[in-house]
Amino acid sequence: MLDYIVIGAGVVGGLVARELTRYTDKVCIVEKEADVAMGATSANSAIVHAGFDAKEGSLKARLNVRGSEMMEELATELGVKYKRNGSLVVGFSDEDKKTLEDLLERGNKNGVKGLKLLDGGEVRALEPNIGEGVSCALYAPTGAIVCPYELCIAAVGSAMDNGARLEHGFEVKKIEKIDTGYRVFAKDGRMLEAAYVINCAGAYSDEVAEMAGKGGFSVHPRRGEYMLLDRECGSLVRSTVFRCPSKMGKGVLVTPTVDGNLLLGPTAEDISDKDDTSTTVEGLARVRALASEQVSGIGFGKVITSFTGLRSVGSTGDFIISCEDGFVSCAGIESPGLSASPAIAKYVVELLVASGARLDEREDFIPTRRAMHFFSELSVEEKNALIKEQPEYAHMICRCEGISEGEILNAIRTEPRPRTLDGVKRRTRASMGRCQGGFCTPYIVELLAAELGVDYTEVTKSGGGSYINVGRTKEA
Amino acid sequence: MAYLSDEKISFGIVIVGGGPAGMAAAVAAYDAGERDILILERDNALGGILRQCIHNGFGLHRFGEELTGPEYAYKYERMVEERGIAYMLDTMVIGIDKERNLTAVNRDRGIFTIKCGAIILAMGCRERPRGALNIAGTRPAGIYTAGTAQKYVNMKGYMPGREVVILGSGDIGLIMARRMTLEGASVKAVCELMPYSGGLARNIEQCLNDFDIPLYLSTTVVEIHGKERVEAVTVAEVDERRRPKLETARTIPCDTLLLSCGLIPENELTKDAGIPLDAITNGAVVNGDRETDVEGIFACGNVLHVHDLVDYVSEEAVIAGTSAVRYIRGESGRDADIALKTDGRVRYTVPQRITSLKDTVVYFRVADVYKDAYLVVKRGEEVLYKRKKQKLAPGEMETVKLTEEMLKGDGGELRLSIEMA
Ligand SMILES: Cc1cc2nc3c(=O)[nH]c(=O)nc-3n(C[C@H](O)[C@H](O)[C@H](O)COP(=O)(O)OP(=O)(O)OC[C@H]3O[C@@H](n4cnc5c(N)ncnc54)[C@H](O)[C@@H]3O)c2cc1C
Ligand SMILES: Cc1cc2nc3c(=O)[nH]c(=O)nc-3n(C[C@H](O)[C@H](O)[C@H](O)COP(=O)(O)OP(=O)(O)OC[C@H]3O[C@@H](n4cnc5c(N)ncnc54)[C@H](O)[C@@H]3O)c2cc1C
Repeated sequence: MLDYIVIGAGVVGGLVARELTRYTDKVCIVEKEADVAMGATSANSAIVHAGFDAKEGSLKARLNVRGSEMMEELATELGVKYKRNGSLVVGFSDEDKKTLEDLLERGNKNGVKGLKLLDGGEVRALEPNIGEGVSCALYAPTGAIVCPYELCIAAVGSAMDNGARLEHGFEVKKIEKIDTGYRVFAKDGRMLEAAYVINCAGAYSDEVAEMAGKGGFSVHPRRGEYMLLDRECGSLVRSTVFRCPSKMGKGVLVTPTVDGNLLLGPTAEDISDKDDTSTTVEGLARVRALASEQVSGIGFGKVITSFTGLRSVGSTGDFIISCEDGFVSCAGIESPGLSASPAIAKYVVELLVASGARLDEREDFIPTRRAMHFFSELSVEEKNALIKEQPEYAHMICRCEGISEGEILNAIRTEPRPRTLDGVKRRTRASMGRCQGGFCTPYIVELLAAELGVDYTEVTKSGGGSYINVGRTKEA
Repeated sequence: MAYLSDEKISFGIVIVGGGPAGMAAAVAAYDAGERDILILERDNALGGILRQCIHNGFGLHRFGEELTGPEYAYKYERMVEERGIAYMLDTMVIGIDKERNLTAVNRDRGIFTIKCGAIILAMGCRERPRGALNIAGTRPAGIYTAGTAQKYVNMKGYMPGREVVILGSGDIGLIMARRMTLEGASVKAVCELMPYSGGLARNIEQCLNDFDIPLYLSTTVVEIHGKERVEAVTVAEVDERRRPKLETARTIPCDTLLLSCGLIPENELTKDAGIPLDAITNGAVVNGDRETDVEGIFACGNVLHVHDLVDYVSEEAVIAGTSAVRYIRGESGRDADIALKTDGRVRYTVPQRITSLKDTVVYFRVADVYKDAYLVVKRGEEVLYKRKKQKLAPGEMETVKLTEEMLKGDGGELRLSIEMA
């Protein structure tokens, strides 16, 4: 019997599971999709917010500030790309300036360090490409960027290195209370038992809580659309540029990513379908219009992809984190959920301890994990030494991002193992560059098929029926 | 196969890319008397993109016979072999600098550096992906560039789909419309944003019309549907400013969307080396020798500008190859500096500059379809050349020969324009 079942392998579930493996290896993560990090964690702004945005005293505010303070060290331990690039909230009017003053005050109350109001000239000195109309800004030096799916994959991987198990394709459909804890059933009939269940099911966390009789709240999806630009554009701004919230709405952000691309978005639109991650003509047009006001000289001809993320907006307006009868829910984890995630994991453990769970620290817990991108950080001599042993590291597969066969094989062989093209992509960046896989996907499909021991036609983009090829040609 | 001794870390001429451009440049350099030549190719064979083009239609100009892509490539491979020109396969060039130091990587040597007398860039081009087109909707499996689909079908023997809509009427898209049809797939439509096709007229005839595949001009894909695999696309006509007219939107069920929306020269290395590029061709700015703005670094083939016929690629490569030989011998001989300008109807020229007074063939493309128009070359107001053209189209590359006579004279600028009758 397990001690803990964690439902949902997003960044929250991943970090919760890893935190629990500090105490026990009897942890199982269950995830309905074919891979981890396929929900909100794979499509968001990737900002580690400084923490001036959330209302004083809320869980969001507390966990955001704490999480943001923990993030750098955690990212280093897990080998995840992180960069403290600073955030700017830009204003266009005197009214905006007032709002920024309020934000500054709120930030100070929340305990955010180093906040400063800047005038137009100071903003331009910091960011020469800032939009013409910008007249003031709030500067937060502790604002940072991180790679969210990399963080999630590394968290799950670290949990697994410490003994946790991962079940994918495990869509929780029913939860039963038993004397010793809970029975958790998957749609396909699989069943697991554990003393505790931690519900981190993102958009579906309300339904999962309901299954255990612990509902009473709801979560609804809010769509956010993005455009991602070529690395050529990544240095247009150094910091993350937000727009001051006003009657006109929240605006979008313009930010470099840790991999050096430029990210624009998100829009905000309440929808009803929890799986509808499509982009819309109107949404993309809106991103474009708003981003152009905040920053000048954005090369829209250099867009390499666009995508949508769904925020899980909780019915209370705050994060909904509760622990009752050994059932913990982490629900309504919308932004700043990524920033808060390390603190959410700690908080969950605190709730468990408060509820009487016995958690003794293990002596053999391994906190660190080798970075997926370790190869790119080696010196030429080190690379050559590795190539000598494993020549696959000299065989370039993804030419846009410069990713070798060795790196792809390493990713396929490292827990949590990817089984899909998107899984390989999220781990290695192969096919994430400017040609978006036009050249390398046929090779990656081949490597995946060989490693998984399946036929070429069995390989999918993202699981389920997302087959890349549908059969053989006539003469083949 | 030619070998390369281990100690050797400098070469006279190093060619990046072993496609038709790279091979023809190497052969031309050899025939001009140079022996110290090395071709670096990242794939496991020479031939470049031609290896996957198993259709006919190569070499009519150059060899006077119709060859398939691999046949055309093979002719050049033979020439490379016969001359004993050295090449390294599975070797990716990862950096070059202005001093002509080149860094490459392969299994046997790891990461290594070569000092080059001259470098010829011949890296070819890649296709424009979906993201660049920014189509709304879902992101399921089943969306490929036509060239990727071509690789699955021709090289790997797999079918990427059964019910196909093709966006863009570039040549690869047209060729794949026929190929997929022959393989038993149903190609439901080819949609082209522009009011004309970007492909060769003969491909429209032989790949679409012969198979009753409809070509919808001034039409684009506005939305992609399907969660796991493509289930349908919504297409709509566009107005004169290429904005979709949503009242014309209709949905076509399909499991595959192929994109054939243009090619982009593969100039990462060029950019990293600080070599100036032309904003229209996306290739380096070059002079008549196909020398870039960085001395001793030349470019030819699709990396310089996108060609529709491989024959022109070979032609251009000969210029680059022989010029590189003259360069390392110190015989480049520059006696002019003339900028070639265009009028907007002529979109671009290659070369963009002329630095020696000799007859020079200039390649160019036009921005729209023009009928019975005049191609005019002027110096200031003086007309140096005027010729009536029955039809000019963006899909077909044109040439004009500027004679030594025309190049002589004052003023560092000539202008190519299209004048309507
Ligand atoms: C547009 C947008 C922008 C954002 N920007 C930021 C930002 O800049 N900074 C920031 O800090 N935060 C940001 N966020 C918030 C952040 O992305 C989320 O808070 C975080 O990713 C939530 O992680 P999660 O693990 O709770 O959810 P998810 O990543 O959605 O994970 C939930 C997982 O549960 C699985 N699951 C669901 N139901 C079941 C079931 N029945 N059985 C098994 N598994 C199930 C899902 O498949 C999924 O993998 C943003 C979010 C969005 C959408
Ligand atoms: C699908 C298709 C159909 C066509 N149909 C016809 C036709 O019917 N008739 C016709 O005449 N022409 C046709 N063409 C055009 C013609 O084939 C091309 O113009 C020609 O192949 C371009 O030659 P190239 O050498 O410039 O580029 P490529 O053939 O692309 O060769 C470039 C080579 O450089 C290598 N390379 C790139 N970067 C590096 C690096 N960093 N290190 C090492 N090596 C590198 C690549 O692997 C490749 O082998 C077609 C083209 C395509 C794509």
